[in-house]
Amino acid sequence: MATIRIPTPLRKLTQGKEEITATGATVGALIASVEAQYPGLKERICDDAGQVRRFVNIFANDEDIRFLKGLETPVKDSDEISIVPAIAGGR
Amino acid sequence: MSEPASAPTLLDRASAIIGPGVAASLPPVLIIGAGGLGCPAAFALAAAGARDITVVDDDLVDATNLHRQILHGEADIGIHKVESLAHALERRFPRVRVTTHAARFDAANAIALVSAHAVVVDGSDNFATKFVANDACVLARRPLVHGAAVGTGGQLLTVPAGGQPCYRCLFEELPPPGVGPSCAEAGVLGPVPGVIGSLQGAEAARLLRGENPAFAGRLVQYDSVGMTVRAVRFNPNPTCAVCGAAPRIRALDAADYGEVACRT
Repeated sequence: MATIRIPTPLRKLTQGKEEITATGATVGALIASVEAQYPGLKERICDDAGQVRRFVNIFANDEDIRFLKGLETPVKDSDEISIVPAIAGGR
Repeated sequence: MSEPASAPTLLDRASAIIGPGVAASLPPVLIIGAGGLGCPAAFALAAAGARDITVVDDDLVDATNLHRQILHGEADIGIHKVESLAHALERRFPRVRVTTHAARFDAANAIALVSAHAVVVDGSDNFATKFVANDACVLARRPLVHGAAVGTGGQLLTVPAGGQPCYRCLFEELPPPGVGPSCAEAGVLGPVPGVIGSLQGAEAARLLRGENPAFAGRLVQYDSVGMTVRAVRFNPNPTCAVCGAAPRIRALDAADYGEVACRT
């Protein structure tokens, strides 16, 4: 099981959980598995074409997956995946 | 403006760290936004010795601002935030001169404002302004201290003069309207912008003194719930639209930034 760190703006979709765990051979497979557990999370991370949104970044063990293999980046059980969206605002 | 050597002065404790006389020579700094981030950033800058501070914001103080926008009080409701900030800061730090622009920081005025200052602090609350600030600073070769606070967490990073990496290296495009939590539904916990804004002020003060940035190429994430601070390193993006090898953005065009979805 890889650990996925959920940023504060998306925790409403994970019942407030800061970290969740999921299984998947790649970052893309992991996101699909996360979506099954927490519906609605994937569309906040990926666009309609399934690509990572351009204002969201995913880090696999602190490495930006855009400079690895994107959603095809392999994931091991002990890996830590961070989802990092751009944030702004707050009234 | 000579300070007698014997009498204790306002910045004695700061001078013990940065050296006597340094404050008098610090170059001008621009703060975008006089709200939750801009207020503590301005306070931190003045406390670190900055004397020449410009603030740009078109908004007026209202009651919902007061739990976090620490330089505004009830008596300021209805006046321009830049005026309220200037009054409070100059009262506390008499040697500070605050220049106010009661205007929106946008594609039309960004380059001129940024170019007139040595360091820029982004204390705005919306993506359009944040992308304008990044692009203007990269184009004008001014360092930018970016900050954002929403809900129970915040982010911070520094863009070196000329970028590489810049905010757009990490976040390539603005979110389209309607994606992400709306301002009203997200809210913000009072101390969170205070933490982020203070760190922005401290970082900007370092840059004004000619020291190296602490947060260049590092996205610092603060979470007040778990009380965690995490930093991820990020690299220059060779295909970045503003600081990459073949940049698409060579001048600011308002059409690139869409609507301001949310105001302070």
